[in-house]
Amino acid sequence: MMTAAPDLLQLKLVFVTGKGGVGKTTMAAALAQLAAQNGKRVLACEVDAKGDLSALFEAAPTDFTPREISPHIWSMSMDTEASLREYLKLQLKIPVVGRIGPLAKAFDFVATAAPGVREILTVGKLCYEVREQHYDLVVVDAPASGHIIGQLAAPQAINDLVKVGLIRGQTDWMLEILSDPRQTGLVAVTTPEEMPVNETLELVARVKEETSVRTSAVVVNGLLPELFGQREEEIFEELRVRKVEKVLSERAGGSVATILEAARLAVTMRRTRAGHLERLQAGLPKELPVLLLPYLFTRVHGLRTTRQMAQALGEELGH
Amino acid sequence: MAAARKRNQTAEVPQTVGRLLSAKEIAIACGPGGVGKTTTAASVAATAVVENGGRVLVLTVDPARRLADALGLKGIGNQEVRIADEVFTEAGVTPRGELWAAMLDTKQSWDDLIALHAPDEETKEKILANPLYQNISGRFVQSHDYIAMERLYEIHSEGKYDLIVVDTPPTRNALDFLDAPQRMADFFSSRLLRWLIVPYRSRLVNIATKPFYSIADRILGTQFLADISEFFILFQSMYEGFVERADAVTRLLSDRRTTFMVVSTLEATPIREAEFFSAELTERKLNLGAIILNKVLPDYLRDPKGAKLAQHIADEADTLAEGLTDDPVVAARVLGEVAESFLNFGIVARREAEQQAELRGAPDILVTVPFFDADIFDMEGLLRLGAQVWD
Repeated sequence: MMTAAPDLLQLKLVFVTGKGGVGKTTMAAALAQLAAQNGKRVLACEVDAKGDLSALFEAAPTDFTPREISPHIWSMSMDTEASLREYLKLQLKIPVVGRIGPLAKAFDFVATAAPGVREILTVGKLCYEVREQHYDLVVVDAPASGHIIGQLAAPQAINDLVKVGLIRGQTDWMLEILSDPRQTGLVAVTTPEEMPVNETLELVARVKEETSVRTSAVVVNGLLPELFGQREEEIFEELRVRKVEKVLSERAGGSVATILEAARLAVTMRRTRAGHLERLQAGLPKELPVLLLPYLFTRVHGLRTTRQMAQALGEELGH
Repeated sequence: MAAARKRNQTAEVPQTVGRLLSAKEIAIACGPGGVGKTTTAASVAATAVVENGGRVLVLTVDPARRLADALGLKGIGNQEVRIADEVFTEAGVTPRGELWAAMLDTKQSWDDLIALHAPDEETKEKILANPLYQNISGRFVQSHDYIAMERLYEIHSEGKYDLIVVDTPPTRNALDFLDAPQRMADFFSSRLLRWLIVPYRSRLVNIATKPFYSIADRILGTQFLADISEFFILFQSMYEGFVERADAVTRLLSDRRTTFMVVSTLEATPIREAEFFSAELTERKLNLGAIILNKVLPDYLRDPKGAKLAQHIADEADTLAEGLTDDPVVAARVLGEVAESFLNFGIVARREAEQQAELRGAPDILVTVPFFDADIFDMEGLLRLGAQVWD
């Protein structure tokens, strides 16, 4: 690897993001698992709650109150309304126990009207957990790349939009945590495919331009195994010659045509992906570490996959 | 019940995407992100031009440069542009109709909408200059959902196209865009909106709203609240137009002439989302026309005989490789890799087939598109994909 592996486990707050379907949640779970194995107390927070994160630990869906779902891993789902309630209780000493109904409606309305309010309550809660040091590491299964920018930029946007008021006073310490590369980092997950690579390149550029958060690493998920070197490929082509294939089929006791065809498909798929990986590496800033994780030929997704991914991630990070 | 119908090959109307789209005016491609929605929408539109003729528009929300390239355009903008016939003839086909393309520009569409609904020039200018408006129209995610459907309505009501194929924005929740028109209407008719506006119109703050203000004031600051209010007071002048419009958009989505095509792959996360989406469409009585599954691995990978044979090859690679080529050592290694690869992909193929079989509430049309060797980057590729989907 060109660049030294980043020490993701030394950070306090890691946002894991990426285009939908690239394995963002799996990677967040793997990072949490790896950190826990290294003795850290981890809070894994799912922002666009679908319950996938806890499922990767074979646990029931979580809510706003963190619950230990695996040794050393606490998990929660972000809920901006609950976050507001907590905030009001802590900061304003406003008791909001009973009549949350009208308040929730009012909140919903303001949040809809004023962009950034929902976002700030999400980022605010995460920063709060970092500041209070309840955990060694907060891993965020963040929104897909399209939405993360708005979230990370929210404290700054609020600063620009709201000139006075309590929220204004709150954004400064958040920005301090977010903009400290020793505390906060972003991990962009992608697969070596066309659209995800395009989006990742765009994301990394926008994070740099529009937010104060540093991108710590790009994780390329789903690398297919290299079947052949050059010599092997020549031999493979010889095996595919009809006459040779026929002999092989007779010896093996059945037609090997589809088996050879499947290998050809695998080679093509890998080659296409290698091209996109190259494009990604060429397009990223030189100093940004790129971690490569294999495609897992597994039957199901669950704790087993999480463990395998954590191990692969650990190897890439040198743990 | 639907699953049984789907497999009934002798149904009265042979069910294909091609036939479906011959009878529809709007086809909305939806589903999880990263499954080839935009490309599928474009290829279906292009194929419709070749097969059915007429005037077809593909309305995309994805600023994919490659798609513009494939259509022979320098870029796609909010205004519809016609794809040159040469793009088709170069791909070896003669178009029977016209293909048009447009890309949703959220900001521009919002501005157009304001211009349409604003009662006078002054209100329009004031709204366009409001920092809150700029924030909402530019960045606000849900505004994207709404405006996509609004733009579709606008184009459809101009009556210029026989078929409009739309791909939907990647949303947090794949369903957001369906609710967007209704939410927009609710939003403008909400009591809260009136509450919020009242104190800045008169100095009277009623008892019910006072707690809200004291909290909102302390959190956001008075100035910001005033900004919000000014914005909504301006917006209220357009209330009726907006609500009417949002209702019309909702009606269009559930119209007979509109069909939804759920696009997905068979990977675990996307297929679960697609399944949820299909169920939700049915629940809302919207017309789920087809499910299109992209990047499906070949059937032969699931052949148990093939797996057995592969296992045998893996075990006996050395013996089998003897004398096949002039380099038996490398040949044995190659055979070992080839066999292992077959077994590996077999696991994935079987898992995916299982997932396909489990698809609940599937519509009459369920299309699988094989894994293509290369990415689709030109009209020929679009039509190749389209042909798979069409019949």
